[in-house]
Formats: sequence, C-alpha cells, structure tokens
Amino acid sequence: MRARVGVITFPGSLDDVDAARAVTRAGGDPVPIWHDQRDLQGVDAMILPGGFSYGDYLRCGAIARFAPVMSALVPAARAGLPVLGICNGFQILCEAHLLPGALTRNAGLRFVRRDVRLRIENTRTPWTRGYAAGQEIVVPLKSGEGAYVAGPGTLAEIEAAGQVIARYAGIIPNGSAAGVAGICDESGSIVGLMPHPEHAVDELTGPSRDGLGFFESVVSVLAGI
Amino acid sequence: MNGRPGQDTVAAAAATPQRPQPYAELGLTAAEYDRIRRVLGRRPTDPELAIYAGMWSEHCSYKSSKVHLRQFAEKAPKSAALLAGIGQQAGVVDIGQGYAVTFKIESHNHPSYVEPHQGAATGVGGIVRDILAMGARPVAVMDALRFGPADAADTRRVLPGVVGGISFYGNCLGLPNIGGELAFDPCYAGNPLVNALCVGVMRRGDLKGAAATGPGNQVVLFGARTGPDGIGGASVLASASFGNQNGAGGGESAKRPSVQVGDPFMEKLLVECCLELYAGGLVTAIQDLGAAGISCATTELAAAGTGGMRVKLDAVPVRDATLGPAAILASESQERMMAVVEPRHLAGFQAVCQKWGVQATAIGEVTDTGRLQMTWHGELIVDMPPGSAADDGPVYRRPAARPADQDALAAADPGRLARPNDGPGLRAALLDLLAWPDLADKTWVTEQYDCYVRGNTVLAMPEDAGLLRIDEQTGLGVALATDGNGRYCLLDPYAGTQLALAEAYRNVAATGAVPLAVTNCLNFGSPEDPAVMWQFEQATAGLADACAALGVPVTGGNVSFYNQTGGVAIHPTPVVGVLGVHHDVRRRLSIAFGTDGASLVLLGRTALELGGSAWARAAHGHLGGRPPRVDLEAERALAAVLIAAAADGLLTAAHDLSDGGLAVALAESCLRGGLGCQVTLPGDPFAYLFSESAARAVVAVRPGAEAVFAALVAEYGVPAEALGRVGGGSLAVDGCFKISLDELAAVHVGPLPALFD
Repeated sequence: MRARVGVITFPGSLDDVDAARAVTRAGGDPVPIWHDQRDLQGVDAMILPGGFSYGDYLRCGAIARFAPVMSALVPAARAGLPVLGICNGFQILCEAHLLPGALTRNAGLRFVRRDVRLRIENTRTPWTRGYAAGQEIVVPLKSGEGAYVAGPGTLAEIEAAGQVIARYAGIIPNGSAAGVAGICDESGSIVGLMPHPEHAVDELTGPSRDGLGFFESVVSVLAGI
Repeated sequence: MNGRPGQDTVAAAAATPQRPQPYAELGLTAAEYDRIRRVLGRRPTDPELAIYAGMWSEHCSYKSSKVHLRQFAEKAPKSAALLAGIGQQAGVVDIGQGYAVTFKIESHNHPSYVEPHQGAATGVGGIVRDILAMGARPVAVMDALRFGPADAADTRRVLPGVVGGISFYGNCLGLPNIGGELAFDPCYAGNPLVNALCVGVMRRGDLKGAAATGPGNQVVLFGARTGPDGIGGASVLASASFGNQNGAGGGESAKRPSVQVGDPFMEKLLVECCLELYAGGLVTAIQDLGAAGISCATTELAAAGTGGMRVKLDAVPVRDATLGPAAILASESQERMMAVVEPRHLAGFQAVCQKWGVQATAIGEVTDTGRLQMTWHGELIVDMPPGSAADDGPVYRRPAARPADQDALAAADPGRLARPNDGPGLRAALLDLLAWPDLADKTWVTEQYDCYVRGNTVLAMPEDAGLLRIDEQTGLGVALATDGNGRYCLLDPYAGTQLALAEAYRNVAATGAVPLAVTNCLNFGSPEDPAVMWQFEQATAGLADACAALGVPVTGGNVSFYNQTGGVAIHPTPVVGVLGVHHDVRRRLSIAFGTDGASLVLLGRTALELGGSAWARAAHGHLGGRPPRVDLEAERALAAVLIAAAADGLLTAAHDLSDGGLAVALAESCLRGGLGCQVTLPGDPFAYLFSESAARAVVAVRPGAEAVFAALVAEYGVPAEALGRVGGGSLAVDGCFKISLDELAAVHVGPLPALFD
C-alpha cells in the first residue's frame, strides 16, 4: 500500500509544493488539502507546510488554527493521525494546542536562512523512525520567529518525556530554549519542526538529502514496513 | 446619484477654461500643460490632469530616454528565442521544451531612500506583478543594491531597512532570492539604488497580452483596495531630484506619503488567483497596476486594444471614503491588477477570486468610441483619447555634453600608484580587499533571504549566477546574473556598460548556461544635466553595440533618472541582467573548489589594468584612468569554452574574474568549497593577482580531463595558463604568501556583521 500523505495549503502557505515533492521522493502519494475543507480525504498522515498563513499578521499561526480544515484535523490528530508541522506548520500546531509551547521572534530579531546541523534526539516517532538516535543531519532553517519557548515546568516535562525530537547541534541560531528545533506530543505522532527537511531531499537543490528521512519514516510506518 | 459639489467635470472644464490648475506641482511643464489643452480642445479636468501628470512623467513616459532606447531594438541581433520584446511589460524568451521565460529588472531607488523598508518591499512587489501580467508564474527574484559608504551613519539606516524590506516581501511571497549585487560608494549616499529583478516561467502558448479588445467586455479591478498611499509616486518621487539637504530627516520625509505600503500576503493570493484565472481561460487581457496606478492601466489597456473604455470611477473599492477621483487615479496602492473579461466569463472570474479571498469589481467596459471616458457618480469627469496619455507623450532629445572633467579623470592613471611588490605586501593587499565592504562576504544580507522555497534553486548567491531548475525530468533550467560597475562607467560609460554586460554574460556562462537575452536598469542622474545625458547616450550605445556583438538582444528594462541630490549625480550605474538557458542543471558549475587535486587554469589574457579597479579604490581611494579593455570576441570564445566544458563534464569549478581580480576569485572559490589551493603565477605577481582584465575565468579541471580540456581551449583560441592545483587548507601563492582558510574567512566574513549588527 502506498501512503497517502495530505499537504494542507492555507492562504499564504509557501512550501506546500516542496512538501509534496518530498513525499513523492519518499515513495508516498501527496494529497493536496485546501484550508477551507473539513474533509481530510482519508489521508494516512498530514503535513502542515511552511509559509506565512494568512500573512501571519496577528501572530504566526494564530489565524490558521481557526481554518475549517483544523476542525477536522485536531480530533484526527488526537486520535493518532501522524501530523508533521514544519516551520509555520509547527507554529500552527502550537497555536492549536496540539503541541506545547510557542515560537517567538529570533534572538537576533532578523529572519535567518541558514543550513543548520540538527541532532535527532527521538527516533520513536513515525516521522523520525528512519534516523539513528543521536544522528546529526544538515537541513535549512528559514524563519523570523523560530525561537521555541515554553514555561519552565513544561520544558522540564517534555525533556523528561523525550518529546524533544531534534536539537540544534552547535550554535543555536535563533535563541531557541534548550536548543529545541523540534518536538512531539505525548503520543509521538504529532511532530513540529522549525527547520525544513523538505528542502533537503536532493543535493542538487538543497544542502543534503538528510531531510528525506522524515518522509521516508512516515511512508514506511504507514506501509507497515 | 448626483455629482458632488465642487467636483471638477468635463462640463465644468468647458465652462471655466481659464481656471488656474496646479500642473507645475504635479511635475508638468507649461509647454506640456499647453499640449494637454490642445489635445483636449479645452482645459483638462482635475482627474484628467492627474492622468497626464502620471503618464507623461519621466518614469512612465521615458520622454528623455526614448530616443536612445530605440537602438536596443534597431541594433538587436536576430534571435529566434524572442517571443515578446521591448514595449511589453517584460520580454519573453523561448527556452525550448515548450517553456518560455520572462524576466525584467526595475528600480525603486527614490522610495527606498525615503522609506527603506516599504520602498524596497514594494519594489519587489511591483516587478513580480509585471512578470505575472505576462501570464507567467514568478519563480525567483534578485536584487542589485548600491549604498553610500558602509560606515556612514545614514547607510546604517538605509541598508538594514532595504534588506529587511526585500526579505519581508520576497520571503512572505514565497519566491526564492537567488542572487544580486551589493556595493558601496559615497556617490550613492543620498541616492541608494534598489533594483529588483523577477523571472517567471510559463508554457510557450500561455503568453498574455495587455490589450483591451472586444467592445462590451468587462474591465475588472481586483486585488487590494485603493488607498491614499503612493499618490504621485511616478511623477513627484521618481521623476525629480532630491533637494539639496543632508540626511533623510529634512524635506524628504514630506514625500513619505508618496511611498507605497506593501502587503506580500495579498500579492501571494493575487499570484495564485491570476494563475488559476489564466488556466481557466477567463482572461482576455491583463495588466498590473504599478506606477500611475489606474491612470496607467486604463489608458494603456484602452490604447493597445479596440481603443475605447468606459469606467465608473466611483465603483473602485477604496480604503478611504474621502478619496476623490484624481487621488484614485494617481494612487499607487499595491497588489492590484486589472483584467479585461468577457461577460460570459465574469461569474467564473468572480468565483476564482472568491476562492482566493481576492476582491474583484467590474468598474467598466471596453468600447469602440476611441475615447477613455470616466464617470464619478454619473457625471463625466474624463473624456480623452487614451493614446494621448499612453503613447503620444512628449519626447525630448535633451542636450548632451561630454563632462568637463572627463579628460582629467582619464588622465589620472592608476599606474602611478604605489604597488606592493613583495610577499607580505601582496598578502596584506589581498586581505585588505577581502575585508573591503564591496568585496566582503555578504552573508549578513543574503541569509535574510529565502533561497530554498519552491525547491528548484540549484545555485544562489554567492555563486556567479543564480540557477533555477525549470523541468525536474529533463534538467532544463535558467541562469541569471546582474552586474554593473559605476566606477568603470564613470571613467567611460560606453565601455563601462559593455563591461557590465560582459560580466553578466560571463557569469551566466560560468554555470554552463547559454546566454540568451538581456534586461537592464539604467540608473543615472538628472537628464536635464547635459553631462548626465552624455553618459546616458554613451551607455545606451555601448550596451546596444555589445548586445549585437554578443548576439543577445535586450528584451526590456527600466530607466531611473534623477538619482542625484542637489547638483551631485551618482556614478552612471547601468545594471545589466543576462538570462541563459541551462540544458542540464545537473551539470552546473559552482565557484566552489571542491575536488582535491583538480588542476587550476586561468583562461583569458591578463594585462596590467587598474583603472576603476577595486584595488585602486580600496588601497588608495583612487578612481581614474581607463577601465579594462573590452574584447567581446574574447568574451564569446571564453563563454563557448565554459559552456562546452560544463556540458562535457570537464570541470569541477569555474569562477569569473572581476572586481579584485584573480586573488579575490581564488579566495572566494577556496572559501566556498572549503579547500585551499597552491598556485604559481605565470608573470608579474601584482598584475596577475589584482588586475581586472576582462574576459577571464579561473577553472578547476576534473582530474583526468586535462588533455581534453586543453584541446577544447585550443579549438576556441582562448589563452590558458596553468596555475596550480586545488588542495590543502590554505591559499598558497608560490614565492608570495600563504594564507590559511581560517584567516581568509575571518577577514572576509567579519566586516558586514561588524558594521550592521
């Protein structure tokens, strides 16, 4: 069975084409999902791509969480649908309270686009299963509001529960708390990641192929491999 | 509804022929105002005056440049690739496999000085809509920037604002930024240059026109509402010099309402909405709203089409209910488009707009009356032949005179400057150049731009050219480079402009792409200054002649005059963009030295040429003499070698030589690839390291391919000198110096963050 992976397009989504391409490269079938539909079309997993949904004028992801598609996605995610939010998608998942904490303005107050080294900290999620624990990968980061914050109690809890799935190795480019680059929910199936694995699926157009693992992981999990 | 009291109408204009009108404040001369009266047979109404003021502005009418721009078409080399050329909103080039590419560069200089963030942001937005209006999906942007001295206080205001504006708008719009330029000079202190380029892709048959044809067809305005921003942008801001004052605090803040405010989110919706409208066959003609707003769109669409148009101006959705008709006509509010739609498609058109959350309003219809007629709450306020504003504006052949100091400038030969002649001196000279803001690492700027979005960026800054994949299956792609050197152009605007073209052409070829077409943004001082006009004449002639020699036609461009403050003009700064087709982007060449043991070869002839060079400027503050010699035959031969060698996989890296010469090129390639090199110079070390002779490149030959490459070089008659090998952890020049990559990086990367953080 080939995995059908939905890619939501909100008005202002930008990396939806990249996410769909990454799913294809990983051997899955991308399914475009329009923001104002409540039907998830029976997809096996869902990606919320990067971009500036609704212009992000209020607060990143704050409007997108109210999109019609979210009213279907939130219960599906709580019921176990694997969900990956990348960059703006991560921000939306936090705003929707599917993930703890929030993303705030970079420490340098400027947009940063840089190839960053990440250490994969949790390989039990459906999105990271294909990596080795502690594996370091290089993928692009590109965001103005990528500094992860959470209350001290929350941070300690997610650390203790192994919910930090990826951390910046070396210099933290945006002031993220504890160098957090990505986290998952308690179940592990909902993952948010600030850097962009979908831009690292081909050495011709990205810094590496290291990002492909996220998509291959979920495709193989869904195929029951 | 009746007309409002005090509103000027056609009837009132006829009844009050002598009423004084503020034509001078709107930027029109007395002669131009008289000409409008003759065209109309009466005084214009206030709204008509607003239309003419916008359309006859230098910015929209090209009235001082037109007579010189004609030669781009007249001298253009025959090109089967050209589908649309000058006069369209952007040129369109056939790149094969059914794809067509459109590209254009445009200035937003004046707004970017007055309000750097919004000025630069809306510069990106404007050029993207130009590309969209051709029927293409915009796929990348680039920007060419010039600022005053890097350490000047005002540069710390302008540069971060401009870069932030480009970053904000381009990133939010989802277009990769794949390259550009950044340079500093005191001449740009009061007149920074912000030139934005956009490239778009479409299927060959999908080219859209801007002609309002078919009487009865609806004229639809869609996108953002019209507001009071950017009023008089074309006439007041872009078509006049800044006053004689220091800094931006003074009189220029009063021009801030002339700067538009950008909403990239709305533009993203507009892009996707337009592409869906095109795909649905719902659009007869389309035009973007840029300079002179609705005035420009209505007059140009009508003049190019059946000839007439009727518009209900009070139907235009506004953000500010107090806006009168003249202000609505002159507003340059962003993110608006105008379409001509058959009545049977109107419902479908509205449905697509609704899907994307874009407001669309039918404001009029095409007629065959030959008149552009506009009403305001039922009363006729505009009644004019549209071509009189769009096509038949004034044309001036301005007086031109060779500047009085041109000979003295040429006589100031840099050959007399003290040159380092030992290893430590040459080493210090290279490190100084790498730290000079013009040549220092630009990561501080470029890491604020998204170069990855859409996933087709194969090469981006700091490579010689940006390279985009167009077709994932076949590897077809396009390369783009922009170049311009104000120092060369000041010394000799004819040769300097040819050198700008030659460099962009060379940069495109250095990726392995075949140069096809040219766009240009001609940044100059006031055309009312004969010395500036002479520079402009020389530059345009130089470009047209060089395009003919290199076989690449100009497909479009933009002129920006009045880049001067008081009596002081910028250096003539034509920025030339070249587009090339890459037949297989998997075979692209990077500047990075990445293959240990690859042999290095210097292609082209090196002479001691220091006029206008980075070394003379950085080491001695000197600008004089002659720019490097132009040899377009040599450029053609060099490009042919690079293209053939890339296609055959003979090279592992290629880097064009320009500012800072071989020394800077070697340092850049070492740092980019993380590998050093060991070099033996074939002659005078200073000349080989720092001369800026044109038509040169340094290449790294794939181990094992040396003989085949040597035969290729011989076949094209390109001079080639063995330099050494790639490898090690330092840049080592035999008998001169050895600099570790760590030291090179520290010196190169440090300056911009130190200046702007």
